[in-house]
Amino acid sequence: MDTGNTAWVLVSTALVLFMTPGLAFFYGGMVRAKNVLGMLMQNVFSMGLVSILWVVVGFSLAFGDGGGWVGNLDFVGLEGLGDVEAVLPGYVGDFALTIPPLVFVAYQMMFAVITPALITGATADRLKFSGYATFLGLWLLLVYTPVAHWVFSPTGWLFKRGALDFAGGTVVHINAGVAALAVVLVIGKRKGWPRETMPPHSLPLTMLGTGILWFGWFGFNAGSALGANNLAGQALINTHIAAAAGMLGWLVAERIKTGHATTLGAASGAVAGLVAITPCAGFVGGLSPIAIGAAAGVLCFLAISLKFRFGYDDSLDVVGVHLVGGIVGSLLLAVFSDLRVNSLGADGLANGGGSALLADQLVAVGVTLVFSFVLSYAIAKLIDVTIGLRVTPEQENEGLDTSQHAESAYAMSELGAMGRVS
Amino acid sequence: MKLITAIVKPFKLDDVKDALKLAGVQGMTVSEVQGFGRQRGHTEVYRGAEYTVDFVPKVRVEVLADDADVDRIVDAIAEAARTDKIGDGKVWVTDVESVLRIRTEERGTDAV
Repeated sequence: MDTGNTAWVLVSTALVLFMTPGLAFFYGGMVRAKNVLGMLMQNVFSMGLVSILWVVVGFSLAFGDGGGWVGNLDFVGLEGLGDVEAVLPGYVGDFALTIPPLVFVAYQMMFAVITPALITGATADRLKFSGYATFLGLWLLLVYTPVAHWVFSPTGWLFKRGALDFAGGTVVHINAGVAALAVVLVIGKRKGWPRETMPPHSLPLTMLGTGILWFGWFGFNAGSALGANNLAGQALINTHIAAAAGMLGWLVAERIKTGHATTLGAASGAVAGLVAITPCAGFVGGLSPIAIGAAAGVLCFLAISLKFRFGYDDSLDVVGVHLVGGIVGSLLLAVFSDLRVNSLGADGLANGGGSALLADQLVAVGVTLVFSFVLSYAIAKLIDVTIGLRVTPEQENEGLDTSQHAESAYAMSELGAMGRVS
Repeated sequence: MKLITAIVKPFKLDDVKDALKLAGVQGMTVSEVQGFGRQRGHTEVYRGAEYTVDFVPKVRVEVLADDADVDRIVDAIAEAARTDKIGDGKVWVTDVESVLRIRTEERGTDAV
């Protein structure tokens, strides 16, 4: 056990936790004022439900010793993990942890919290809260934990195969991004989309959320070094550079296409860059994060117009940013990966490596896409036909804030102030 | 008695208020409104999707006046609000049947 490493992962755990309220503000600013509390609630609620599921059974399913496909129930209720000498399956030799098992559990918990929350941007303005809560729990256990096991756990089949994912390009972003597409196809478009205008109600909130996400992402990526070391420093600077390049790439593309550089574009481009560098952060070096971030900024900007062409209402562009950005990063990793940065990685095409890494990355991306899409669609459909996943048209007109939560976000006027009923 | 209603550009409200005071007007009511005339709205772009915003923010100024003062006040408003650019707004005058000052119960022109 190394106290310096432990201190850094403890701090990173707090940083990653902070990303979820950051995401809530990022999304919350983009929806209409009548739906902002609904959006904040869907994100913050994940901090409640997923955290409990994680310590009860989720961690065990993701990191237990159940073979290549899924964990097992050895760690249910965090059994035995309070012992600092406990060894997690696969974390031996080169992968041996130098932090207490409980710190690793807590750090991974924050990834589990934010991943399903990412989906809520696509389904904005129309999820029934009870249906969403059910989806959240089932998706975590049936989709997130197996994919995390395949890719993150050294006993997982994709990990063993040689697929690289430093902090969650496949597990987090592709996984949530394609799930978002599946759920949107189940529940359908918002009433009036795309004919009616549904502009963001507070871009300052979105910008605040962007700042929190960027800040927290240092914990997400540099924390994934699981140590306070040179690799963490490399991951941190890669993360920052890619966010910057993503912002610039998006702004240049939208300035050319629409004539303006927008604040929402700056925020979206930075997030696109952060998404794309996530799988690469601890495997690449030099100026490659500029290429990765800029490519993501431009490609994600182009990708967000696809929903208009194909007619799926990915309301806040989770598919366009997280799915596309995750794929861009996971595949560019096969180009820029560098053994000199991380001896546990591989050399990519640009560093004299062969195409084996590209093949492994394609398998990891493809399998995650198919698995997550199919299961997410099935879970969403099951909930939709039983308890219902979408609000009624009347509730949608009214807005999620009052219809789902009996609250309003903004009491701007004293006129007609409330009278107490009970 | 007449009610003078003016729709003006928001940044011209201070000028209009000062001009009305100079013209001897004792009180007025203002409200933030939206609308359009010959000046159309503008376009906004969110993530590459363009939206048109038809309604332009304006300020509505309402003044009660004696018949004899109306032309002078209307001219004062128009002069203060004019920029010679499209969207300067309008002023119109309507008849008022009765006026009551609530506190003193004065009625008619005494209440103006």
